Amino acid sequence: MNGEQARTAYASVRAFALDRPGSMIAALLLGAVAFAAFAAPLIAPQNPFDLASYDVLDANVPPLWLTGSDPRFLLGTDSQGRDLLSAILYGTRISLTVGVLAVGIQAAIGVPLGLIGGYVGVRVDSLIARVADVQLSLSTLILAIIALALVRAGLGGETLGRLAVPLLVLVIGIAEWPYFARTARAATLVESAKDHVRAARALGASDAGIVRRHILPNILSPLIVVATTQIAGAIMAEAALSFLGLGLPVTQPSLGTLIRSGYDLIFAGVWWVTVLPGLTLVGVLVAVNVLGDTLRDALDPRLTPR
Amino acid sequence: MLAIALIAFAVKGALGDPLREIMGEAVPEAERAELRHKLGLDAPWPTQLARYIGHAARGDLGQSYVYKRPTLEVVLAKFPASFELVLAASLIVLLISLPAGIYCAVKPRSLGAKLILGLSVLGISVPVFLTGIILISIFSVWLGLLPAFGRGETVRIGFWETGLLTLDGLKHLVLPAITLSSIMLPLFIRLVRAAMLDQLGTDYVRTARAKGASRLRVWLHHALRNALLPLVALGGLQIGNMLAFTLLTETVFQWPGMGFLFLEAVTRADVPLITTYLVAVGFLFVVTNTLADVVSLWLDPRISLEGRR
Repeated sequence: MNGEQARTAYASVRAFALDRPGSMIAALLLGAVAFAAFAAPLIAPQNPFDLASYDVLDANVPPLWLTGSDPRFLLGTDSQGRDLLSAILYGTRISLTVGVLAVGIQAAIGVPLGLIGGYVGVRVDSLIARVADVQLSLSTLILAIIALALVRAGLGGETLGRLAVPLLVLVIGIAEWPYFARTARAATLVESAKDHVRAARALGASDAGIVRRHILPNILSPLIVVATTQIAGAIMAEAALSFLGLGLPVTQPSLGTLIRSGYDLIFAGVWWVTVLPGLTLVGVLVAVNVLGDTLRDALDPRLTPR
Repeated sequence: MLAIALIAFAVKGALGDPLREIMGEAVPEAERAELRHKLGLDAPWPTQLARYIGHAARGDLGQSYVYKRPTLEVVLAKFPASFELVLAASLIVLLISLPAGIYCAVKPRSLGAKLILGLSVLGISVPVFLTGIILISIFSVWLGLLPAFGRGETVRIGFWETGLLTLDGLKHLVLPAITLSSIMLPLFIRLVRAAMLDQLGTDYVRTARAKGASRLRVWLHHALRNALLPLVALGGLQIGNMLAFTLLTETVFQWPGMGFLFLEAVTRADVPLITTYLVAVGFLFVVTNTLADVVSLWLDPRISLEGRR
């Protein structure tokens, strides 16, 4: 994207965002949460990975606004006596990391395939499209569940726990590349028929050069939109897998793991261990989805409401 | 199908030693080798594969290590529970998403439409297991109105164990069904809306309006009929998601269905049961996809089987 285009895109996004206060709030919320999460080691009262820093005697303390609370624990503690605020901060950090890295892999596989499919032509294109179709029809979540279930059954829960982060990133990353491939392909088809691409070809530019300098920069905006929705999807997938016990272990809690570990406690009236990480997760997902919608409406004139 | 069986088998070979699960660690090696031979686990893998496919063709997918019964039997016994859950959830989705989606399409600027779409963003953002947990804490723990887990009382009709005929069974169904539908609902509302918007913009719909057909008739008779087609095709793509969401819902509510069984099999490394579940899921997949194709064939006579890529 050259300077002027970038400015136009930025301007249209900004105009849209100002038009919709919801998306501004979403962006602020997301920024705050992301900042807090990544600054977790600095601002969290406790390190949930450090067994020495918490005490089982502090277990199940309710949040500060309920009776029986302890001023040391703003949001209460879980069944092991961990400070919930710290756990949530660290958990959000892991969830966001897994989400972003997984989408990175999706893009790294999907975008080149989409570019090739759209640029090179029918034969390769239909092959890629067919593979993408088959994979999409299988659904990411079920693929990831099966893959991780097999790892767990084969290597045992502990090994899975140690390998959890790279495995999750890989599984979610590989499972969803078709979304990027499709978007990149469609945009490449449109773009490569345009005059500036034909001009570049007439001037003797190489295929690789055309794709890199003339096509890729012009198809970035739809890809950014896809990336946003995909991040929400990846975070949700990670949470679901962790909830099923197929993701991150209790010693290294993501938001999904926290929700799972609190699930058994709700019958005993200890709701905060589940509900507070749950609310954090929902907040992050809503914010990302709202931003995705705004970006899509702003960058894709086709979908502007009439 | 064959591909799925192959994958399932490859997986089977790669998985840990099932003997460890059956016998525990403390069994002497000689005894271990004997059992291994008895179960045919010492044969080279091509032999095992051939044996597996041969048996599978006759409907024998092996014995579960944990249940000591044919795995197919174990999985099929759980099928009615999952099916009833999915059926109830699909009914809720259909009954709500069609009117809501149509409403959002024909009155795009109304407050109601904005509200529905706003809620649907929220609905998409709440993971299905969280919906379940929230519903349980409100309706079971806090209000004590509805049971939180299990299927309740069931009635047996032939091989089919149904929870639909007893009051207790129906009560148990309410929360899981709402939970499962909550995740599909926003998606389908959006699909219905998009498909309807597409149709409402076409020339023939405007012509129909111009020649004096009533609004309702145009919406339902002209636009909806054609909007159903992409809906069925896209809905068919959601089957895999539906399976995954069913699995999550079953876990939250400890619903004794196939997904719950699968996770149990995973924690116990009951490999034949895992493979059988995968084969069964693959089979369901093929069946439902074929059904979706047949329905779109029926909805649109222009589609021919050869013409489809």
